[in-house]
Amino acid sequence: MQWKNSTTHFGLIAIALHWLVALTVFGLFGLGLWMTELDYYDSWYKQGPWLHKSIGILLFFTLLFRIYWRLLTPPPVGLASHKQWEAKISYAVQLLLYLLLLLIMLSGYLISTADNRSIDVFNWFSIPASITSIPNQADVAGWVHLVLASGVIGLVSLHAAAALKHHFVDKDQTLKRIIGK
Amino acid sequence: MKSKTLATSLLVASLTFGSSALMAADYVVDTKDAHAFIQFRVQHLGYSWLYGRFNDFSGKFSYDEAAPEKSSIEVNIETNSVDSNHAERDKHLRGEDFLNVDKYPQAKFVSTSFTPGKDGKAVVKGELTLHGVTKTIEIAVESIGAGKDPWGGYRHGFEGKTQFAMADFGIMKDLGPKSKNVEMILSLEGIRQ
Repeated sequence: MQWKNSTTHFGLIAIALHWLVALTVFGLFGLGLWMTELDYYDSWYKQGPWLHKSIGILLFFTLLFRIYWRLLTPPPVGLASHKQWEAKISYAVQLLLYLLLLLIMLSGYLISTADNRSIDVFNWFSIPASITSIPNQADVAGWVHLVLASGVIGLVSLHAAAALKHHFVDKDQTLKRIIGK
Repeated sequence: MKSKTLATSLLVASLTFGSSALMAADYVVDTKDAHAFIQFRVQHLGYSWLYGRFNDFSGKFSYDEAAPEKSSIEVNIETNSVDSNHAERDKHLRGEDFLNVDKYPQAKFVSTSFTPGKDGKAVVKGELTLHGVTKTIEIAVESIGAGKDPWGGYRHGFEGKTQFAMADFGIMKDLGPKSKNVEMILSLEGIRQ
């Protein structure tokens, strides 16, 4: 397998990025729901959010690189068996996933930096605050963060259901291509 | 008997009206120029005090230097304005675990009695409405000072302290055994109207 995408196959980088981002998004969604319900005296009460923010920031850079990579080496063209409406919807869902992920990261950033605090990434580096003047910023951004994250999980379900439909109903190569076959 | 009492008090009121109108004074709490603070503190883990305050509130009081027992006070607090110098914590404080500001946007204290003590100290009893629950509380009040201000007005400032269990007002979030109570410190400067 080659690094870059070809017109018929995904390259190694695109496949790795796809699954890395997918797993991380699911992990962060679960961690986010769990950590906000923790008891104050739970040992994860501070560690959970710290992990969530650190991974979230790294995911942001990963996603930027993924978008750059997608522009640099476009994904393979659709299969001939794909219907036109399928291609259109799948493209729209993919674009929306990128957009929502970016907005979720932005809103998450705005929660934690609402009062000019920076975000500590694994005690490795920190991301400074910028916008701090939205009224009740942490509350508003928190609401947006949760709603959009739930939206992404809904869209991912659609995206995954479509892939499974191609694999089991249409019995075509769509799903196999993103696992490198 | 009842009507006689009423008649008597009306008589007393009308007789004293002339003088008390001169003595009793209405004050508006100087929130406009922020010479008033509603602060609270809760122990953190039992190891330190965490301070916070409400930034938006209004208040007025009536104080009669000749008859301080007639004094009264009313304070309204916008719970959304809670500020503990940490946006993420304030978000939590505004949420359902604590103040639930969407449901209970205001807290209120209305005095029912004023019992003067020595050295400008007094006990104010009244009804505190917080988190949708109204309960009688007592505030230990101290007159800090009064007099003319440099800009042609007259001011009188008080500081009041009280404490209560958050659970008494239906705030059930467990912060630990040392953090069940919240202390409130009200520092109010009134401008005589």
